[in-house]
Amino acid sequence: MADVDSVLELARWQFGIVTVYHFLFVPLTVGLTMLVAVLETIWLRTKNPEWLRLTKFFAKLFLINFALGVVTGIVQEFQFGMTWSDYSRFVGDVFGAPLAIEALLAFFLESTFLGLWIFGWDKLPRALHNACMWIVHLGTLASSWFILAANSWMQHPVGYTFNEITGRAELTDFWAVMVNKVQLGTFPHVILAAYLTSAAFMLGILGWLYMRRPGENNADRPMHRRGMVLAAWVMLFSGVGVAVSGDIQGKIMTEVQPMKMAAAEALWETSDSCAPFSILTIGTRDGKHEKWALEVPCVLSFVATGTFDGKVEGIYDLQERYRETYGSTPGATYYSPGDYTPNIPVTYWTFRWMMGLGAVGSLIGLAVLWLTRKGRTPSGWVGRALPALAISAPVMVLLGNSMGWIFTEMGRQPWVVFGVLTTAQGVSPGVAPWEVWMSLIGFTLLYAVLAVIEVGLLMKYVKKGPDPFVEPPSPTLRGSDSDADEPMNFAY
Amino acid sequence: MELTTIWFCLIAVLWIGYFVLEGFDFGVGMLLPVLARDDRERRVMINTIGPVWDGNEVWLLTAGGATFAAFPEWYATLFSGFYVPLFLILIALIVRGVAFEYRHQRPSATWAGWWDRAVIFGSYVPAFLWGVAFANIVRGVPIDADFEFTGTVLTLLNPFGLLGGLVTLSLFVTHGALFIALKTDGEIRGRARALALRVGVVAAVLAVVFLVWTQVLTGNVATAVIFVVAALALVGGLGAAYVGREGFAFAGTFFAIGLAVAGLFVGLFPDVMPSSTDVANSLTTTNASATPYTLKLMTIAAAVFTPLVVGYQAWTYWIFRKRISIHHIPAAH
Repeated sequence: MADVDSVLELARWQFGIVTVYHFLFVPLTVGLTMLVAVLETIWLRTKNPEWLRLTKFFAKLFLINFALGVVTGIVQEFQFGMTWSDYSRFVGDVFGAPLAIEALLAFFLESTFLGLWIFGWDKLPRALHNACMWIVHLGTLASSWFILAANSWMQHPVGYTFNEITGRAELTDFWAVMVNKVQLGTFPHVILAAYLTSAAFMLGILGWLYMRRPGENNADRPMHRRGMVLAAWVMLFSGVGVAVSGDIQGKIMTEVQPMKMAAAEALWETSDSCAPFSILTIGTRDGKHEKWALEVPCVLSFVATGTFDGKVEGIYDLQERYRETYGSTPGATYYSPGDYTPNIPVTYWTFRWMMGLGAVGSLIGLAVLWLTRKGRTPSGWVGRALPALAISAPVMVLLGNSMGWIFTEMGRQPWVVFGVLTTAQGVSPGVAPWEVWMSLIGFTLLYAVLAVIEVGLLMKYVKKGPDPFVEPPSPTLRGSDSDADEPMNFAY
Repeated sequence: MELTTIWFCLIAVLWIGYFVLEGFDFGVGMLLPVLARDDRERRVMINTIGPVWDGNEVWLLTAGGATFAAFPEWYATLFSGFYVPLFLILIALIVRGVAFEYRHQRPSATWAGWWDRAVIFGSYVPAFLWGVAFANIVRGVPIDADFEFTGTVLTLLNPFGLLGGLVTLSLFVTHGALFIALKTDGEIRGRARALALRVGVVAAVLAVVFLVWTQVLTGNVATAVIFVVAALALVGGLGAAYVGREGFAFAGTFFAIGLAVAGLFVGLFPDVMPSSTDVANSLTTTNASATPYTLKLMTIAAAVFTPLVVGYQAWTYWIFRKRISIHHIPAAH
């Protein structure tokens, strides 16, 4: 940290920490609402007790994660006003609307119907109970839509005018914000990544349960296996979808934020055709003088433009172009005046880690499935390594999600709203450094403690595996008084 | 009616919804160490709010989001100005929310004990600080010509603000006790009713002093009428509790809290955050608002979805209408 008394630096660290932490839970729980709803639907259709056991098992793991996702989400909404008040004043007319509609339309739906689902086993007819989880899932999708539309507007502001008198951005076309082309690429990418994350979670955990005691004759193995196959299909489809949507996103990004594409590749000089895609570089910190690089010819041109001989602009040329367009003042607070280059080592490596972790995590998941096909249990070192490897799959995909967001937010710097408002201009002018120090340390410590507690709980329940089958009640909406004194089917 | 006025009313409605709903679940949390004699009774209490507390809290998120969208300047000044209390409220809501979900996950008494502390802390802090915050909004805080709050955290800890905090705290305790009386059966039900009466009298005295003070500061005829009705609702509610009519008693605190908050907003109008530095620096429904286009759009969204939300939340309360007692609580994991 350059300056211990810089509210800007502190606020950026705080935003980064609480947002990355929040987004560990978001994709996992968005995806798990879908998987739990699917598992319950399959149980209702097949009446096979195994599916209900899996439903309850993954619902429990889901709720442990969801609790943290919900409470860390409140911080997200408040901190725009707390540490980024000038940003809030500037964008409120545009950015506030999707946020408010998200709360009204999605948060109420999620929280209310999840409460009904958790406590409703002995109150709601079975089909209605299952419908509640589907409604929760729809709520998470709606929520993602609005919050990603708000973020996409920061990447590529559309449907607004700048009011010279008030100095604020004003919404002119809500529909344009909703169907922003960045949003149309981002939404499928993020949602499919959420499905991928939750499926890797399910496959990893069931794979671990399947293989942890190879010698034992475990009666639950067919159930683990069935769940793994379901998860693997979800992984396969969503994994391909993540790659395809990511590719589309890359091309849109090249068009609307060319500097971010150049920063992703640390491409300093413009490449007129057949730009190589760098897989790894060993070089100096600023990436300018690489010592050794592993490159694939022409692939960057394809990633950025869709043709193998497309021209990709480099950082030096873009810097000049941005300077002509935006002048030299923006970014002057924590960048030198006229500097429009993001932190290249961060963008370069997060871009690679995003793709690498996502891909390797998915491949591990599928490898686990292949190695255990037809009741097989690999022996030797493969057999010993496999349980740990299975668990590593969701961890990698989760970290891949974080890398993607760090890349896309850091790659936009020095802007907070691209081309319109710099991050330095958005910070709260009236907040004292000690206040942000206090909240930065407070949130970080609390989040760390909660992470340890939550991982401990997850491990407890994963080790235990799915509970034995108990026939759940089959209530009608009218309820009956005969069971009034029965213990609750679920209680806190 | 002007769009800015409509949105002022809608934001008032969201805060009223938040306080009348989360008010009782804060109360339940604060009473955890007082009303329950053992773990089973503590679980009875927590389970009365189990299916609904999260939905209640969304009223706060919606109030925050709606303020951001409809009055960006208000949102920015309030949230950056009240940084420290809001940070404490966030910490409280985090540990409280996690506690509900995690408390029952291990059978250990130590484990449950720590989460009980989180529930208690997480309920006391916001119950007190929301009162301090709202009293200060009504009273006015130092705001400069750039709409920046120029005070410190100590500015907020004035006698009127502290009294406001005690009023919300004691009202929520009463509200929560009556909710427990309404939603449980067995010994705890009687204990809750007796406690509601005792705390309710204190709350009523504090509330009347606070409302009279508010009336002197910002009042007009309308606020006077609203405050009198609010006070009557509270007294009526306590009377109903005394004769054992728990439903009416809970309705009494429900309307008392709702009307008191409504009165604060009526007294505030057309300001949203008056400046104690210079009246010219006050944030009002006009100078803090979003554009008519955004307000119109949000009005449509609110008109469609608010009745829907109220409908399905009410349905949830209906589904979980049965009283809970200790024999309903299954063994811990």
